[in-house]
Amino acid sequence: MSGFDLMRDKLTNARIAWRAAQDLEDGSYVNLGIGFPEMIARFQPEGREVTYHTENGVLGFGKAPAPGEEDWDLINAGKKAITLNPGAAIFHHADSFAMVRGGHLDLAVLGAYQVAQNGDLANWRVGSSGVPAVGGAMDLVHGARRVAVVTDHVTRDGGPKLVERCTFPLTGVACVTRVYTSLAVIDIADGRFVLREKLPDITMAALQAVTGATLHIEGEVGDLFVPEEI
Amino acid sequence: MKKVSSSVADAVGVVPDGAQIMIGGFGGSGAPVELIHALIDRFRATGSPKDITIISNNAGNGGVGIAAMIKAGLVRKIICSFPRSPNAEAFNEKYLAGEIELQLVPQGTLAERIRAAGAGIPAFYTPAGFGTELAEGKPTETFDGKTYVRERWLKADVALIKGHKGDHAGNLTYRLAARNFNPLMAMAADTTIAQVAELGEFGSIDPENVVTPGIFVDMIVEVPAPEQEEVLLRKEVIY
Repeated sequence: MSGFDLMRDKLTNARIAWRAAQDLEDGSYVNLGIGFPEMIARFQPEGREVTYHTENGVLGFGKAPAPGEEDWDLINAGKKAITLNPGAAIFHHADSFAMVRGGHLDLAVLGAYQVAQNGDLANWRVGSSGVPAVGGAMDLVHGARRVAVVTDHVTRDGGPKLVERCTFPLTGVACVTRVYTSLAVIDIADGRFVLREKLPDITMAALQAVTGATLHIEGEVGDLFVPEEI
Repeated sequence: MKKVSSSVADAVGVVPDGAQIMIGGFGGSGAPVELIHALIDRFRATGSPKDITIISNNAGNGGVGIAAMIKAGLVRKIICSFPRSPNAEAFNEKYLAGEIELQLVPQGTLAERIRAAGAGIPAFYTPAGFGTELAEGKPTETFDGKTYVRERWLKADVALIKGHKGDHAGNLTYRLAARNFNPLMAMAADTTIAQVAELGEFGSIDPENVVTPGIFVDMIVEVPAPEQEEVLLRKEVIY
């Protein structure tokens, strides 16, 4: 058996999204950040009812309309055309963020540049140059019962994205509760990374080597399993 | 009570130089395109209004709406949450050249600051931004073990609103997700100007279906079959 090759064997974004989707709870209200996190909805397990929230004032939106069928007054926070599911509701921006900060969402999922072991998240800019844009990220990280991150475990250069302390500008302090990466599922508890699952073929030592802070183990570490067809 | 304006040009005539203007919409959804373009027309013809501060979620995209306003040179400053768009060249060029000022506000904080202004609440506390560079220098306070940032209300001289149906009382409804910031901004400005696709008599909107009560609206103008900003962008229209 050949050894684990990080760049070859890590999970694709679709496979990370599939794993995150397995934790969607029946009857939950969920906000998926624009871009990568939106992919999670594609893998929502059958038989579970999930109501999706988008910051610009829609609860209960469904799939994208067929090309040519778009109504551009009906979009999500990523400015993509959406459709409404039966039972959907439309409201203004202050009510939308009341749902966010008021603790009414069960789950918010965001992308990340860096996540620190105490749950700090950096995901809105990497430096001080260019045009900054924050959108709703700083609000979304507060209020949801669970704030999860989906991310590659490492940067393009192979450096760690899970770190002791974020070096990029923060989006929120001590806000992330779980991280789904291309190598592992990690909870954040009491200011520490607690490893819950890892790809079966990567050794603990190899996983720790690409993680910028100590991975703690409490009880059994499960296999991070994603079906081949994803 | 006469709130009805005969044209968008007539309506935007009240906007003074240096005004702080709220503009409804989220991306192209709910953007009052005709009112914005009427402001640009006035500026091109008379050089006024100039030195405008825009409060809106975005900083324009492509060559219409807010982007066209920036390009035309009316805008001194933008207060928004997300100036990044696929075709934000108008804003980007001026920003990177130091010709336009940007105040970045988290989106929910922007909405609540506007709502607070309309509701007569000068400040409030929010968890958003705590510990980040966007909260630097702002007062904080800890409630029940969690720390919050104090944010001030955000008012405007004028709000430009896109409604769907309106009536002579100034009552408004909105179409789909084009609601977004519009009802909040309508509450927060000294003068609120609404364009609507259908303007009816008193009583034409069922009172139970009114989203923005007419007390928040000062001027209303009918723009039948209004342009949709995203549709204009996709046709690459340059205003």
